[in-house]
Amino acid sequence: MNARLDIADAVDAANPVAADRAFIDIAGAAKTFVGQDGGAVVALEGVDLKIRRGEFVSIVGPSGCGKSTLLMLVSGLVEPTGGTIRIAGAPVTGPYTDLGFVFQTDLLLDWRSVLGNILLQCDMRGIDARKHETRAQELVNQVGLKGFESKRPFELSGGMRQRVAICRALLLDPPMLLMDEPFGALDALTREQMQIDLQTMWQRSQKTVMFVTHSISEAVFLSDRVIVMTPRPGKIRAILDVDLPRPRDLHIHETPGFSKIVHEIRVMFQDMGVIHR
Amino acid sequence: MAQRKRSWARDAFWMTLSVVLMIIIWDLCVRIFKIPSHLLPGPIEVYKSGAKNIVPIVAHSGWTILAVLAGFIIAVAVAVPLAIVIVLSPTAERMLYPPMVAIQSIPKIALAPLFVVWFGFGVVPKVAVAFLICFFPIVVDTIVGLRSIDPALIQLARSMGATPRKIFLKLRLPGALPSLFGGLKVASALAVVGALTGEFIGSDSGLGYLLISASGMLNTALLFAVLVVLSVLATAFFYLIEVLERVLIPWHVSQRAHAH
Repeated sequence: MNARLDIADAVDAANPVAADRAFIDIAGAAKTFVGQDGGAVVALEGVDLKIRRGEFVSIVGPSGCGKSTLLMLVSGLVEPTGGTIRIAGAPVTGPYTDLGFVFQTDLLLDWRSVLGNILLQCDMRGIDARKHETRAQELVNQVGLKGFESKRPFELSGGMRQRVAICRALLLDPPMLLMDEPFGALDALTREQMQIDLQTMWQRSQKTVMFVTHSISEAVFLSDRVIVMTPRPGKIRAILDVDLPRPRDLHIHETPGFSKIVHEIRVMFQDMGVIHR
Repeated sequence: MAQRKRSWARDAFWMTLSVVLMIIIWDLCVRIFKIPSHLLPGPIEVYKSGAKNIVPIVAHSGWTILAVLAGFIIAVAVAVPLAIVIVLSPTAERMLYPPMVAIQSIPKIALAPLFVVWFGFGVVPKVAVAFLICFFPIVVDTIVGLRSIDPALIQLARSMGATPRKIFLKLRLPGALPSLFGGLKVASALAVVGALTGEFIGSDSGLGYLLISASGMLNTALLFAVLVVLSVLATAFFYLIEVLERVLIPWHVSQRAHAH
């Protein structure tokens, strides 16, 4: 995996303009849906955000603030009603496929084994799955599921299933990951373990990650920057830098630096009336 | 695997035991309450009548099996593609759904006399009734199955660059199989009802015909023998579909070892 990373860096070094530019560039993005009553529902309004290559960015906000919509716009699965999205300099029009997507539900296919689910990537893209079996097995070993590769999803726990979903996203080593509350359905302990493992994976691969969550501490623990969103219509309320040393372990939760940022975000939510005093 | 085998053996044991117990209770009731044999013959008498009439029973069973299978298979062959078309095209849904519901609202048994007028006394009207009666549950359950896909799964597939065709064949269709099999099981029982109805209304063959003629002769023992054969056939048909289900969707919740 490191070898691939070096190549990516070399390419950027050779092309300083590309390296300088934001990897994901969201400019004035807006999305209005037609609601069930026929009226317009403004999900997102004027979102400007630049994300560097290899950056880990979390988006926190109350339910319905358009966090997931923002990911949808970046992935090109949903078209914005205003503004533009650029990835690596090129405007996104239609589904952007050079990414890994992880949803809150693992979306594993019951009729496929663990390995088969990871290799779904190949089937959906119409490429030869056999060429990627070794890589899939490597990923399975990396996330601690060695020996489970031929099990069916129903034989796995929630945490294991979500690990498989992450392996599926990583199979073709995409430069960016979109994660929509990936740990939202997991119990608290599993969730902490997943956060640590995700950090390890990210540090090894330096992928650009957009991570949507409800959990303030999860966002702070994982991110380089935390984007705080307002309630609907979703706008960016604040962008906070998390200058905490990496690798972070769970005890960082008890440090003043960590608490300060969490506190700051919580106060913002209180001010917006999302959390009542 | 070993555990599954053991549970199969256990199931077979309990099934046999319950059948044997039922027969014993039946026999005891007939003897103790001295029920006249033209109302309720004892199991031994039924067995004897069945053995004596084994040739006609087997011959008529053949016709019934033919009508049931033909009606069922044609229903599957028409209903599944129709369900696919309805799910894929909103226009097709608007055009096809109302007449389908209208036809469904007619009791199929009421159509049997019409089919006799149209198709005569042969096997065709029975196939037609069996077809009509099992058609609807298969369409409805297939539609439900095809629609039950998680929208997020479609988004995931699209983010992998999947074509609509791939999404349909690799995600939607396999995902619809459990629901489809639910429809097939309901239809399997209904197909037997349909074929028998056809045979009641106008026919000179099939187990339904044999039942009517046995009843006309007050041959209750033969009537019971035919009923037993019918129940065995219907059960075998149902389990045939269950076996098919086990083979095709071993991954589904309904097929996993029971957790007790």
